[in-house]
Amino acid sequence: MLGKLDWTAIPIDEPVPLIAGGVVLAIVLAVLIWAAVKGYYPYVWREWITSVDHKRIGVMYVLLAMVMLLRGGIDALMMRAQQLVAFHSDGYFPPQHYNQIFSAHGTIMIFFVGMPFVIGLMNFVVPLQLGVRDVAFPTLNSVGFWLTATGALLVNVSLVIGEFARTGWLAFPPLSELSYSPGVGVDYYTWSLEISGVGTLVAGINLVTTVLKLRTRGMTYLRMPMFCWTTLASNLLIIAAFPILTATLAMLILDRYLGFHFFTNEAGGNVMMFMNLIWAWGHPEVYILALPAFGIFSEVVSTFSCKALFGYRSMVLATMAICIISFMVWLHHFFTMGAGPDVNAIFGIASMIIAVPTGVKIYNWLFTMYGGRVRFAVPMMWAIGFMVTFIIGGLTGVLVAIPPADFLLHNSLFLVAHFHNVIIGAVLFGAFAGYTYWFPKAFGFRLHEGLGKLAFWFTLVGFYATFIPLYSAGVLGMTRRMQHYDVAEWRPWMIAAAIGVVVMTIGVIFQVLQLAVSIRHREELRDPTGDPWDGRSLEWSTSSPPPAFNFAVMPNVTGEDAYWATKAKARRQNLQVREPDYRDIEMPRNSPTGFVCAFFATVMGFALIWHIWWMVLLGLVGAFATFVVFAWRDHDEYVIPAAEVARIDRVNLAERRAAMNFAESAT
Amino acid sequence: MTDTVLPYAAHGDPHDLRGLQETALGHEGPAPKRIVTGYGFWIFLLSDIVMFSCFFASYAVLLRQTAGGPSGSQLFDLRSVAAETAFLLLSSFTCGLASIAADLRNARWYQAAMAVTCVLGLCFLALEGREFSDLVARGAGPSRSAFLSAFFTLVGCHGLHVSAGILWLLTMMAQVYAKGFRADICRRLLCFALFWHALDIIWVGIFSIVYLMGSGT
Amino acid sequence: MNIFDPQGPVAAAEKTILIDSIAIMLAIVVPTIVAILAFAYWFRQSNPRAQYLPDFAYSGRLELVVWSIPTLTIILLGGVAWIGSHQLDPAAPVEGTGAPVRIQAVSLDWKWLFIYPDMRIATVNSLTVPVGAPLRFELTSASVMNVFFVPRLGSMIYTMNGMVTRLNLRADNAGDYQGLSAHFSGDGFPDMMFDVHVISALDFPNWVAKTANSDRVLNADSYKDLLQQTVETSKPTYRLDDPRLFEAIATQRIAPQPGPKLSTNAAQSYMGAPNAR
Repeated sequence: MLGKLDWTAIPIDEPVPLIAGGVVLAIVLAVLIWAAVKGYYPYVWREWITSVDHKRIGVMYVLLAMVMLLRGGIDALMMRAQQLVAFHSDGYFPPQHYNQIFSAHGTIMIFFVGMPFVIGLMNFVVPLQLGVRDVAFPTLNSVGFWLTATGALLVNVSLVIGEFARTGWLAFPPLSELSYSPGVGVDYYTWSLEISGVGTLVAGINLVTTVLKLRTRGMTYLRMPMFCWTTLASNLLIIAAFPILTATLAMLILDRYLGFHFFTNEAGGNVMMFMNLIWAWGHPEVYILALPAFGIFSEVVSTFSCKALFGYRSMVLATMAICIISFMVWLHHFFTMGAGPDVNAIFGIASMIIAVPTGVKIYNWLFTMYGGRVRFAVPMMWAIGFMVTFIIGGLTGVLVAIPPADFLLHNSLFLVAHFHNVIIGAVLFGAFAGYTYWFPKAFGFRLHEGLGKLAFWFTLVGFYATFIPLYSAGVLGMTRRMQHYDVAEWRPWMIAAAIGVVVMTIGVIFQVLQLAVSIRHREELRDPTGDPWDGRSLEWSTSSPPPAFNFAVMPNVTGEDAYWATKAKARRQNLQVREPDYRDIEMPRNSPTGFVCAFFATVMGFALIWHIWWMVLLGLVGAFATFVVFAWRDHDEYVIPAAEVARIDRVNLAERRAAMNFAESAT
Repeated sequence: MTDTVLPYAAHGDPHDLRGLQETALGHEGPAPKRIVTGYGFWIFLLSDIVMFSCFFASYAVLLRQTAGGPSGSQLFDLRSVAAETAFLLLSSFTCGLASIAADLRNARWYQAAMAVTCVLGLCFLALEGREFSDLVARGAGPSRSAFLSAFFTLVGCHGLHVSAGILWLLTMMAQVYAKGFRADICRRLLCFALFWHALDIIWVGIFSIVYLMGSGT
Repeated sequence: MNIFDPQGPVAAAEKTILIDSIAIMLAIVVPTIVAILAFAYWFRQSNPRAQYLPDFAYSGRLELVVWSIPTLTIILLGGVAWIGSHQLDPAAPVEGTGAPVRIQAVSLDWKWLFIYPDMRIATVNSLTVPVGAPLRFELTSASVMNVFFVPRLGSMIYTMNGMVTRLNLRADNAGDYQGLSAHFSGDGFPDMMFDVHVISALDFPNWVAKTANSDRVLNADSYKDLLQQTVETSKPTYRLDDPRLFEAIATQRIAPQPGPKLSTNAAQSYMGAPNAR
C-alpha cells in the first residue's frame, strides 16, 4: 500500500540525523505557529506564495539559497570534523553516514544554493535593468521557483525518511546502479534533481526570452548592462545543458526502476557514456553559476569606481566566448579515463583557451578601477576579494587542465581545493556582493555595513585557511571522499582545514547577524532615494522597493549606463522634469499554480522514490489538473488605473527630490 | 486586450510580424505578447531537441551492444513503421488545417481538424504500443540489452511526447469549445501546433536513424 | 605519498610539468594581483592625488595587451599540454633495464588484486616490483569504477568493469611506498590503500619464487571469496592457477561482483564484514 515505505525508513539508530531533523522540524513548526498567531498567512499567501512578480520570486529564490547554504555548510563542518579525527579511527560518522554527508553537501551547494542564488538575483534585477515590468512568463517563473523548492524539500526529507545517495554529488554508475546502491538514496537524488531541473529549465527559457524580446525603448543589445549580457549567456547555457542532465538522470532512473541497461556492468551498459553525458552538462553548469557572478562584479566594480565599465564590447565578446567554449571542454573531468593523448591534449588546450576571455574580464575590471574613485563598500570588497581569489583558482584550474599534471592531481584534495577556490571565489562572493548591492532595492533599507565587512573578512580569511591546507594535502597524495585515513603526513593539514572552516563559519554567522541587525535597525538604514550607491543602471531609477509595475512610464534609453546619463541630465536641468504621461498599466494576476503544481510534484517525487504507484498517479493527475485550471481562468491580468500609477510615482519622485536636495545642500 | 479583428495585417499575410520593428533607428520596446510567447516556446522546443539528441547519442553509442540478443535488423517491421509515419505526417497536416481554421475563427472546422489529428495520433500510438508489446513478448524488451534499452527509450520518449500532445490537444479542443478564440487561447494553439510539428520532425529523425539505418545492419 | 617526491621517471616528468606551469602562470598572476590591490588602493576615493578619469572606458592598445597576455600564456601552456600528453601517455611503454614486468590489476570491493600472469603469482593489496624494470599494467575492475594510483611513481588511471586500461610506470629507487584508489567506490573505499615494495632487480626473482610456493592458490573458487564486499587487512599472496584469470574478469566471463544484499532496513549499512579496526 505504501510501496517500500515503512517505519524502518526513519533512522532511529542514528542520533545525528534524528536530532537534526527534530531541530529543523521544531523550527519550522515554531515559525508556522508564530505566523499563524500573528495572522500573517493571508499576507504571505497573497503577496509571496502566489506572487508572479519577478521581484518577489527573486527574493524567495535567494532566501531558499541562503537557508540551504546553512544546511550545506553544516554538512561541510561535519566533513571537516570527521577528517580531523578520523586518523587511525572511524571518526564520528561510519562510512554509510559520512558518504551521505559529502554527497548531500555537493548536491545541495550546487543545485540548491548556487543555482537559486544566481537565478534569484537574475530574476530580481534583469527586468529592472531592462526597463520593463516583468519577465516574459511570470506565472511560469513562479512554477520554476516552486519546483526548485520541491527538489530542495525532497533532499532534506531524505535526512529523516530513508537515506540520501552515497555516491558523491554526481552519482556515477555502476556505483549508483541498483545492484550497488539498492537503497532509496540514489532515488532521492535523481528525482529531486529531475524535478528541480525542470524548474531551472523554465527559468532559463524565461530569462532568455526576457533579454532577447523584452527591453525598453532604445535599449539595443549593446546598451544593456553587463549583468544582462551575462544573464543571457548563462541562461542560454541552461537551455542547452539542462536537458542533458534530464536525459542522463532519466537513463539512470530507467536502469534502476525498469531494469534497463544504459550504464550497468552487464548486458552492454556503458559507464563511460554516463561520464561523457553528465560532464557535458556538468561543465556548462559551472559557467551557468559563474557567468552571472561575473556580471554582478561588472556592475559592482563599475558603480563603486564611479566609472563606466572598461572595454564593454570586449566584455560582451568575452562573455559569449566563454558561453560557447564551455561546451567544448567537458572531457577534462576524466583525463585519467584513458582517452588517448590526442583527445586529452585537445580538450586540455580547449580548457585553457577558456581562461583567455576570463583573464580579459579580470583585466577589464582592473582598468575600470584605474582612474576611478573607488569606494570600499561591502560589495566592492567582495569584488576585490573575488578578483584575487578567482585568479588563484584559475591558475590551479589551468594547471589541472594539463593532462599529465591531472594524472597526479585528479580526484585529489588539490582538485577539491581548486573547484572550491573558483566556486567560492566567484559564485559565493558574487552572490554575497549581489545580495548586499541589491538588498536596499528589494527591501528599502541597506544592510549594516560594519557587520558586512566582518562577514567579508572572516569568510575571505577562513576560505584561505580552509583550502590552502587542502591544496597541500592533495599534493601529498590524499584523495577526496575519505571517511578515514592512516597516513600521518595528511593529519596536520586536516587539523588546519578544520580550524579554517570554523573561521569561515564565523563569517557566515556574521552574514546572518547582519541581516537580523539590519532588519532591527531598518529605519536608520532606510534608503529614501532608491539610489543608495549612486548607481549607473535603470534599477536605481526606481524607488526602493519598486512599485509592482517597476516603472510608471517605461524609460527611453539612449546609451550605455542608462541611468547615469539620466542623472547627469537631471542635474543639469535641476530636476525640472515634465510630469510623464501616465497610462493604465496591466499587470499579471497572482496565481497559486506554481505552488500547487509543486505540491503535486513533491507528492509524485516522494511516491516515485518509495514506489507508491497509486500516489504517483494521483500526483500526475493533480499536476495536469492544475495546469488545466490555470488555463481556464478568464482574467489573467489586472489593471492599475493611471491615477493610481500617478499617485505612487509622485510620492516616489517627491521623496527622491527631497533626499537629493538634502544631500546637495549638505555637500 | 482582446482582438476580434484578424490578427494579421490588412494585406492578409498571417506571417507578417508587425511587432518586429527593430530598425536601424534602435529598439522600439518590448515585443508583443504573441511574438514573445512563440519565441519562448521555440526555445523550449530547442531544449527538448537537446534532450532528444542525448537519447539519439546514447542510441548510437549502444547500437552494437546487443548482449547476444537480437539487433535492429532482426526486430524492425518496416511496414508498421511506414504506417506510423503516414499517420503522424498526416496528423501534422490536419493540425495545420486546424491552425488555419483558428486563424479564420471557424470553430467547426477547427474542432473537426483537431479531432482528426487526435485520431491519427492515437492510431500512431496504437501501432507503436503494439510494436513494443510485441517486442517484449518476443523477449526483446528493454531489459534484454543496452541496445534495446536505448531503442525503447528513444522511441518511447517520442511516444510519451505524442501522448502528452494528445492530452494537450484535447484540452485545446475543450478550451475553444468553452471560451472561443480568445487571444491567450490562440497563443496556446500556436504553441501546441509548434509542438505537434516538432514531434513530426523528431519522428523523421527516428525513423531514418533507428529504423531505416538499423534495418540495413 | 608526496607527488613532489617522485621515485620514477613518469612522476618526475609530471612534477617538472607542474612546477614549470606554476612558474609560468605565477609570472602573470602575481603582477596582476599586485596591480589589483595597488589600483584599488591608489584610486580610492579618499586619495586626492589620484587622477579621476571618468571617461577612460576604452583603449585599443590596452585591449590588445589584455587579450594578448592570457593568449600567449595559453599558447605556451598549450604546447606543454600537447607535448606532455603525448610523452606521458599512460599507454606508451616506458624504457627500463631488465625484462618488463606485466602486472594485471583488478579493483574489487574493497581491495586490489595484482596478478603477475607471467610468473603465475598474485597478491592482494601489496605490489612488489623490481627497480628499473618497465612495469606494464593492464587494469580492470570487478565491480564499480576505481582509480589505480601510486603518487610517487606517477600517473593514475581508471579501472572499469568490462574494459581494460593500460598504464606504464617504472620505479627507479628501492623503497616502500603506498598506493590507493583515487575514485570513491563505496563504504570500504578508504581501506583500498596498498603497499608498493620496490626491491632490487636481484631480489625480485627470489620474491617471485617464494610467492609461487605459497600454499594459497588463486583460482575461480578462491576468487569468489575475494568477490565478497569486504575490506582486506592481511595482504595474502597466491599461486596463480589460471594465467587467463584476468582476461576472464575483463571480458565478464566471470560476472562482476554483486552488490550488497537488499536489506529490509532502508537506512542500514551494507558493509559485509565488520570494520577491520
